[in-house]
Amino acid sequence: MDRPRVAIFDFACCEGCQLQIVNLEEELLELIDVLHVVEWREAMSEQSREYDIVIIEGSITRPEDEKRLEIIRTRAKTLIALGACATIGGVNKLKNNFNLADVKQCVYGKAANMPHLDTAPTKAVDEVVKVDYKIHGCPIDRKEFTYVIRCLLIGKRPEIPEYPVCVECKARGNPCLWDYGQVCLGPIIRAGCGARCPSSGFRCFGCRGYVDDPNINAAKDVIERYNLSVDALKGKMVLFGSGQGPTNA
Amino acid sequence: MRSRAKWFFLEAVRGQQMHNSLDINVHHLTRVEGHGNIVVNVNSGKIEKLQWQVPEAPRFFEAMVRGHSYQDIQTIVSRICGICSITHSLASTKTVESALGLKVSEQTDKLRILMHYSEQLQSHILHIGYLAAPDFFGVPSVVPLVARAGDVVKIIVKTHRIANEWSDLLAGRTTHPVTLIPGGLTRIPTEQQLRQLQQTLKDAIPDLKTIADVVLSIAGGIPNFERPTEYVSLKQTNPSAYTFYHGGITSTDSKGSVLPIEKWHDVANEYVVEQSTAKWTKWHRDSYAVGALARFNNNAELLSPTAKDVAKVFGLAKGCCNPYMNTIAQLVECVHVVETSIAMIDELLTKGLKDEKATSTPKAGKGAGCVEAPRGILFHEYEFDKNGNCTAADICIPTNQNHANIQKDFEKLVPEIIDEGQDAVRQKLEMLVRSYDPCISCSTHMLKVQFVR
Repeated sequence: MDRPRVAIFDFACCEGCQLQIVNLEEELLELIDVLHVVEWREAMSEQSREYDIVIIEGSITRPEDEKRLEIIRTRAKTLIALGACATIGGVNKLKNNFNLADVKQCVYGKAANMPHLDTAPTKAVDEVVKVDYKIHGCPIDRKEFTYVIRCLLIGKRPEIPEYPVCVECKARGNPCLWDYGQVCLGPIIRAGCGARCPSSGFRCFGCRGYVDDPNINAAKDVIERYNLSVDALKGKMVLFGSGQGPTNA
Repeated sequence: MRSRAKWFFLEAVRGQQMHNSLDINVHHLTRVEGHGNIVVNVNSGKIEKLQWQVPEAPRFFEAMVRGHSYQDIQTIVSRICGICSITHSLASTKTVESALGLKVSEQTDKLRILMHYSEQLQSHILHIGYLAAPDFFGVPSVVPLVARAGDVVKIIVKTHRIANEWSDLLAGRTTHPVTLIPGGLTRIPTEQQLRQLQQTLKDAIPDLKTIADVVLSIAGGIPNFERPTEYVSLKQTNPSAYTFYHGGITSTDSKGSVLPIEKWHDVANEYVVEQSTAKWTKWHRDSYAVGALARFNNNAELLSPTAKDVAKVFGLAKGCCNPYMNTIAQLVECVHVVETSIAMIDELLTKGLKDEKATSTPKAGKGAGCVEAPRGILFHEYEFDKNGNCTAADICIPTNQNHANIQKDFEKLVPEIIDEGQDAVRQKLEMLVRSYDPCISCSTHMLKVQFVR
C-alpha cells in the first residue's frame, strides 16, 4: 500500500497542537515511515497540492481564511480538526462575546481603523467545511493523536469517549476538586485526556468541549451543594465553550 | 515538488538574465512558528521593495481577558503561544501576583524557575535541531537528516523529550501548564522525582556537548554579517545571576542602569508604521533585539562554567552583533539551564520539600510582570476591579520587539550580498529571520498586510 499523503495546515491558534506532534519524539520518526508528510509549514519547506489526509489546526477568523480552508477541503480525501481551536473554536471564541469593533479598539487604539485589522467572528472548522474526525483538547493528547492516525491507517473508525472527565478522574482515585473550593467542569466535559488537569490539582476548564448530551442539571446541583453561584460555573464554561449550547443555557 | 523545482529553475534563469535584479516573494516562511513573508524587489541594482511582513490572523487576547477572574487569566493567555506557554503562564502569574500584592515562598520561586528552564531547553532544542539545522545542512527539513545524520538526530530528539518530561513533571503538562496558581503551585514533585530529574540532567550534559560538536562542524555555514544594534534583556543584581525570571530591564546602550519592570512602556515605545505588519518597538536607537544573544551580551560573565566553555569554542563573546549567532547563544543557554538546574535541585533537596498551601483573595489593583521567553523579553500588565475581574490588559511579546530589528538587518544585508544571486539572497534572508526564532502566533499586536506581487 502506498503511504498516505498527509498535510498539516494552521489557522488562528498557538500552534501548540502541532508541537504535540513534534513532541511524539522518537515515535514521530516511526510515524514518518508510514506516512508521507507532503506539507507541514512549521517543520518543513516542501509544499504539495493533493492530500489523502489533511490535518487542520486553529480557528477560522477571517473571510480569506474561510476561502483557503474551502480550497484545502476540495483537495483532501479525509479532513481532521486538530485541537480545541479547530474542534470547538477554543479560547479564540472568547472574542465573540464582545463587539468586534470594541475588540479592535481595545487592542490597537488609534490604529484600529486600519482596514487590515478586520476579523470576523471566530468559527470552528466544522462551521466552514465538513470535518471527518476531531482530535480534541488544548493541547491535544499525543496518545489520542497516534490512536486516531493508526485507526485511519487500518481503516477503522476511532472511538472517542462519550462520557465526562469525572469518570476518568474517579478511576485515577483523585480527590474531588469541588471539595477544595474549585469550580471544576469535569461533570460536563468530554473525557479522553485521562483527567490530566484535575490529577495535577487544577480544575477542568473544558478544553475538550462538552460531552454529548451534557447533564447541565447535574452540574447545577453540584453548584448548589457547594453553595456557589451559577455565574461562577458559567465564568469557567465560557473559557473554552463560548457560544456553545450549554454555555448559553 | 516537481512544480517547485521548475519554479526554482525559472527563477535561476531569470536571475541570470536580469543581472543585479532580484524578485523574491517568500509567502508564509517555513520552519518558523507562525506566518511571515519576505518580499524583495531589486531592479538593476536598485532596491525597490524590501520587507519583512507578518500576515498572522490577529487574536485580540488583551481584549478577550477583560471581565475574567484573576484565577483564569493564565489559562487564557497561556494560549498566546504553544511553544512558550510556560513563559506566558509564568509572566501572567507574576503579573497577577504583583497586582494583588501576593508573595510566594522561596520553594515556589525555585520550582517555578526550574519549570521555566525546562521550556528554555525544549524551545531552544526545537529551534536549533528541527528548525535551524536543516539550513546548515542544506536540506528542506529535519526528515532527510534522519538518513544523513541519524545518530545526532536521535540525540536531539532525546534531549527534546527530556526537556518535555521535565516540563511535564513541574508544569503538569508539556504545553499549557496546569500547576501555576496565584500565590503558589497546585502540585509539587516528590524528592525522589527531583533526584531522578537531576540524574537525567547530569546525563544530558555529554549529549549537549555532542550537539555542540556537530553544530561546530557546520558552523562555517553561519553567514558572516554584523550590524551593531541595541540588545535588551533582563538583568539581575544582588545576587547577580544570568537571569530569565527575576531582575529589571537593561540594554547594551543603557550603560549599566537597570529599569524596574513597571517602566517597560518606556523601553518598548510601541508604534505602528505603514509598511509594517506589526507594532514595532524602539528604545535608544531605531530598533533593538531581544533573545538569547541579547541575554548573552548583557550577562555572559554570569553563565555556568560549561556554558562559558561552549561559547568560547564558537568564538562567541560579549559584544557580538551577528544576528545569525543567536542560534549559538541558544546552544550556550541550553548548557547553562541544565547545569544551573542540577545545582538548584541540590539546593531544593538540601532544604527539603514542604507542602505549601496557596491562597489568594480578590482585590483591586494594577501590576506588571516580566520574564524572558526563549526568544526574548516578555511583558504582561493587567488591572483588576475589587472582585478580581480583569478590566484591562497589555502584553508586549518578544517577536514584536524584534520585527524592526529584522527589517534593519534586511536593509544592511541585502546590498552586501546582492551579487550572490536570487537563491543565495533568499536563503540568507530566510536564515536570518529563523535565527531570531520568531514566534509569530504570539499575535497580540499583529496586523494584516496586503501583498504586492
